[in-house]
Amino acid sequence: MNLSDLTISQIHKSLLQKKISSTELVRCSLDKIRKLDPKIQAFLTVCEDSSIAKAKKQDEKIAKGEFQSLISGIPYSAKDVFSTKRVKTTASSKILENYIPVYSATTVEKIEKAGGILIGKTNNDAFGFGSSCENSDFQITRNPWDLERVPGGSSGGSAAAVISDMGMFSLAEDTGGSIRQPASFCSTTGIKVTYGRVSRYGVIAYGSSLDTIGVIGKNAQDTALVTQIIAGRDKKDATTLKDKVPNYLFSINAGISDVKIGIPKEYFISGIDREVEELVQKAVLEFEKLGANLENVSLPYTKYAVPSYYLSGISEVSANLARYDGIRFGYWEKDAETIEDLYLLSRGNGFGEEVKRRVMLGTYALSSGYYDAYYKKAQKVRTLIKKDFDKVFKKVDMLITPVSPTAPFKIGDKSENPLKMWLSDIFTVTINPAGVPALSLPCGFTKKGLPVGMQLVGPQLSEELLFQAGHAYQKATDWHKKRPEWLNY
Amino acid sequence: MKKTKSISREKIKKIANLAMLKLEDRELDKFTKQLSSIVEFVSQLNEIDTKKVKTTSQVTGLENVFREDKVFPSLSQKEALSNAPSQHNGYIKVKPVFKDQ
Repeated sequence: MNLSDLTISQIHKSLLQKKISSTELVRCSLDKIRKLDPKIQAFLTVCEDSSIAKAKKQDEKIAKGEFQSLISGIPYSAKDVFSTKRVKTTASSKILENYIPVYSATTVEKIEKAGGILIGKTNNDAFGFGSSCENSDFQITRNPWDLERVPGGSSGGSAAAVISDMGMFSLAEDTGGSIRQPASFCSTTGIKVTYGRVSRYGVIAYGSSLDTIGVIGKNAQDTALVTQIIAGRDKKDATTLKDKVPNYLFSINAGISDVKIGIPKEYFISGIDREVEELVQKAVLEFEKLGANLENVSLPYTKYAVPSYYLSGISEVSANLARYDGIRFGYWEKDAETIEDLYLLSRGNGFGEEVKRRVMLGTYALSSGYYDAYYKKAQKVRTLIKKDFDKVFKKVDMLITPVSPTAPFKIGDKSENPLKMWLSDIFTVTINPAGVPALSLPCGFTKKGLPVGMQLVGPQLSEELLFQAGHAYQKATDWHKKRPEWLNY
Repeated sequence: MKKTKSISREKIKKIANLAMLKLEDRELDKFTKQLSSIVEFVSQLNEIDTKKVKTTSQVTGLENVFREDKVFPSLSQKEALSNAPSQHNGYIKVKPVFKDQ
C-alpha cells in the first residue's frame, strides 16, 4: 500500500470504512523503517512491539464502532527531545543515552489520547543545537533526496522520516529554524507556531523564551490537523496562551483573495543561491495568481537577528543545561572522587562539542562584567527585531521569504566552522525572537533535484491564515506530492 | 560597552570551570579560537544605540501566571529514583563534597 499519496483525512476515512486497518498502516511504516532506515538513519529508537499492540487495540475499537479522532490509528514519530514515558529519550546526546522518562510530554499525551501511534524517536542535533543533524552524538541522518547531503536540523530525523513514509507526521521543535529548515530540506511542510501556542511541558529545553513545539507533515492540511490537536493552554506550562485554538481544518479552504503579502527586501539579498531565489520568486507569483496582493516591505533589524538570537538563546542554554549533573539522571562519571569532579567529568565527557561550545559561550555572556554588554544587549536588540514585525504587520497580513539561503548542503561542508553553520540559519532565526508563527512549504527543486522551501510568516496567533495560504498554494501546485524515486520499492 | 576582541586561554579555563566542564587541552585551544571569533561576530550588536530600548524576554506579554496552592499527586519515590545512577535506601547517593585529607 502506498501511504505516500494519502492525506491523514483520507486514511481516516479508509480506516472507518475498514478498507485498511491501523495494524496495516503501522506495519507499512515499520517496513519502510526496516528497509530504508539503514541508509537514511532517521530513527534512534523504533517502538516495534508497542506500536503493533496499540494498532491492534485501535482496530478493535474501530470494529466496535467506537468514536475515532482524525488521527486514531495513525503512525507518527517524535523528535528525541520529547519525553515519552518508558521509551528512551536522549536528545541525541551521550549525556542522556540511557535516560528513560517516567512521564510523557503533554503533546505526546495529547496525540496518544487521540489515538496516534508512536512508531519511534527520531535523530536530531544534540539538544537541538545545529542545522544539519551532524551534531547528534549517535548518527548522522541523511537527506532522502541525496544521501550525501544533510536533511537539515535540528529536526532532521523527523523531516527525513516523514518524506520517507516512516509515519504520517512527526512532532518536532523549533527554536531558530529547527522545524522549518529540515522541513524545507526534505520537501515536507513544517509549522513553527506562535510562542506559547503549544505546550512545551516534557520537551527537553533549549532556550525557554524561544522554544516552540510544532509538527512536520506531508502537507499543510495534515500539519494543521495535528497542530489543532496539540495546541492550547496547559496548566503544566505557564507560558501557554489562554487564547482559544481555532478549528484550523474548518477554515482551511478559505483561500487568500485580497490577503496582503509582504516581500521583505532583507531576505532577498546577494549571497542566496540563485536557484533558491528564483523558486521562491515563482512561489510569490503563484500567490499573486491566487488573489493575494503583493507589497515590498522592510525589516531593518534583520541583519542583527543572528547575533542577537545566538547570544540570548545560548545564554538560556547555559542555564537550561545546568541540570545535567550526573546525579539524578543521565551519564555519570562513576569513578569521580568528589562531587565537583562528578560534575566536571560527567558534563565534560557526556556533552558533545557543539553543546560544550554553546554552554561556554552562554556562561561567558552571562558572567559578571559581561552580562550588560552581551546578554542584556541582545535582549534589547530583540525588542527592536520584534518591533520590526509589529510595524510590518500593520501594513500586510503575512510575509513570504526563503527558508534557507541554499539548497541542502553536503555532509561535512559546514561542520568544521560553527559560525558558517550558524549563518545558514539567517532567515529562520529572525522569527523566534518575535514569537511569531511561520509555515515552511516546499516550493520546488534545483536542477540537481534538491528541495527548496519558502516560509509564510504571520503575526502572533495567525496560524489559521498561514494554513489557509499554504493549503491554497498546495491546491494549485504539487511540489509537496513529490517523493524521492528510490523510495518506491 | 566592553569590546573584547579575543578571549585569553586563561579566561576560557575559568569559564569552563564556571560551567562545570572538564576540557582537554586541545578543546581549550579550539574553544579559545572559536569563542573569540564568535564574540567578535556578536559584538556587531554594539553598532546599535539601545540606550532607550527596553529588554524583551517574554514575547507574548504574559505575566504572573499562578495556580492554586494545592497539593497534587506527583511522581512516586520509585519513579523519581528510576534514573538515578547511585542510590541508597531510597536516597540519591552523591559523591563527597570534600576530598579525604
